[in-house]
Amino acid sequence: MTADAPAVQAHDLIKTYPGGVRALDGMALTVAPGTVFGLLGPNGAGKSTTVKILTTLARPDSGTALVAGHDALRHPDRVRRSIGVVAQRSGADPVATGRENLLLQGRLYGLRGAGLARRADDLLARFDLVDAAARQVKTYSGGMQRRLDVALGLVHRPEVLFLDEPTTGLDPEARTAMWDEIGRLAGDEGLTILLTTHYLEEADRLAERIAIVDRGRVVAEGTPDALKGELHGDAVQVELRDAPDAVDGHLIATALGEFGGVRDVTLDGRRLSARAEDGPAAVPHVLATLEQQGVTVASVTVARPSLDDVYLRYAGRRFADADSGTAPGAGVPAPAQAAAPANPSGGAR
Amino acid sequence: MSTTLNQTWFMTQRQLTAILRQPAYLVITLIQPVIWLFLFGSLFRKVVELPGFGSGSYLDYLVPGVVVMSAVSSNMWAGMGTLEEIERGTLNRFLTTPVSRTALMNANVVQQGISTAVQSAVIVLLGKLGGADYPGGIGGLVILVVASILLGTVFGACSNALGMLVRQRESIIGINTFLLLPLTFLSSAFMAPALMPSWMRHVADFNPVNWALVSGRSAMAADPRWGDVLSRGGALLALAVAAVWLSTRTFRAYQKSV
Repeated sequence: MTADAPAVQAHDLIKTYPGGVRALDGMALTVAPGTVFGLLGPNGAGKSTTVKILTTLARPDSGTALVAGHDALRHPDRVRRSIGVVAQRSGADPVATGRENLLLQGRLYGLRGAGLARRADDLLARFDLVDAAARQVKTYSGGMQRRLDVALGLVHRPEVLFLDEPTTGLDPEARTAMWDEIGRLAGDEGLTILLTTHYLEEADRLAERIAIVDRGRVVAEGTPDALKGELHGDAVQVELRDAPDAVDGHLIATALGEFGGVRDVTLDGRRLSARAEDGPAAVPHVLATLEQQGVTVASVTVARPSLDDVYLRYAGRRFADADSGTAPGAGVPAPAQAAAPANPSGGAR
Repeated sequence: MSTTLNQTWFMTQRQLTAILRQPAYLVITLIQPVIWLFLFGSLFRKVVELPGFGSGSYLDYLVPGVVVMSAVSSNMWAGMGTLEEIERGTLNRFLTTPVSRTALMNANVVQQGISTAVQSAVIVLLGKLGGADYPGGIGGLVILVVASILLGTVFGACSNALGMLVRQRESIIGINTFLLLPLTFLSSAFMAPALMPSWMRHVADFNPVNWALVSGRSAMAADPRWGDVLSRGGALLALAVAAVWLSTRTFRAYQKSV
């Protein structure tokens, strides 16, 4: 595989499960080598099915999938040698020790003898499992099991590592530790990571590029910042010392709106909110205008749009609603809709 | 080829280690035959006195019966382990590695064969300690063990196929409890064929459990009846091959359903 060829490239994947459930409906993605790519979407969006196809477990009804330069449909064996897989369910043998699990995994890739033993020791040390190496995996905590799973996926030094919901079911502390670990992996030379998650925060924090998946296809793709940037505008929230009366309020809103880049000004009691193309740059103008109007400011906050806003915009529903399986639209309350910065002029920033 | 053999051994080793690390399971699979041996041995001791039974001591007659029944009852649960590996994600983990699919399936068969051989040998030894006599000598005992391995393979492979197909513990439990006793009592395990009602004797002719008993007992006789050994043993071998083929097919179907 050449240096700049994509590590993963999937085109128009369709997969229908018995019973007519269409899990994938034109899924397509391209992952550049050496990057961390996040597939973000609620449960049932098609993330796991995509991973199963790319890791040769399942076959699509149609479409193509290239992984590490090999055709996953025609040469699954070559793909298997090049990838490491950390599935949603642990998969480690609970009766075997951590070390035995690693040794067996290595043997399946043809590693033997002293080289394999050294590799297992390195991984045990790296994932902080040295003390637990000789203990049966069934005695491990959730976080330890997950670390062992990642170690199992790395034993043969794969080119592409698949992490399918790596932190689901972990407590917050273990999750943070796992994030740090994945962050370090991303620094490994040449390792490409394809991560699926239904945690917005996780995708935001770990992935260089994100594809938002909904109903079996990618609805938006880009860097987290670009995706958020496409929403056109940061939220600027100003807390006033005293609530102005209706007439003053109208004057303030009109004055603020005269600036380029500040819009959607609303006043609710002492709370004034607006959207600005570039929030931090707009703050001095906002403050100066308010001072001219004789209004005292208690506090100002500027917030970048969250991936939740992005998801709402592209999938047409709030992430949490989609995740709990709510029918589209049905669970989206009107105020949340109003908060969506559905800017008709949206596009380039 | 050597890769497949190596991998078969790695996977077999993994399964055997798992069994050895579950002492409760080990103890139960060894105690159960002991109970059968001495319970049935005491209960039916006097049946040998019935005219036409044709054996000197009931224990002599009983040992092959318990060997074969134990082979059936321990192997028919194999599907539970497979089901657990599917649910835990272990099978899928192996399927994303380059491990030979044949090795994955072979490991089940080899592990079950080794376990059945050990279990059978222990029962034969316990019988000996209890005073059983094996006039056919070591050759006859080896054939009994081989027949019980083949029979165990049939039930183990079918159980694995069932586990992969239905993915439900209840189905395996239901079918096993339904099958074990009828299959055992519709055979010559505990009662000489000459004393069975004639319809039962005819049903037993088609019962693989009985094939294992006939080939084992025929080989263990002071004057072995090799014709019976070969005909029933051959039928068992053919059935075992068919069962393994079936479970391999089911395994392919499982891979497609992931």
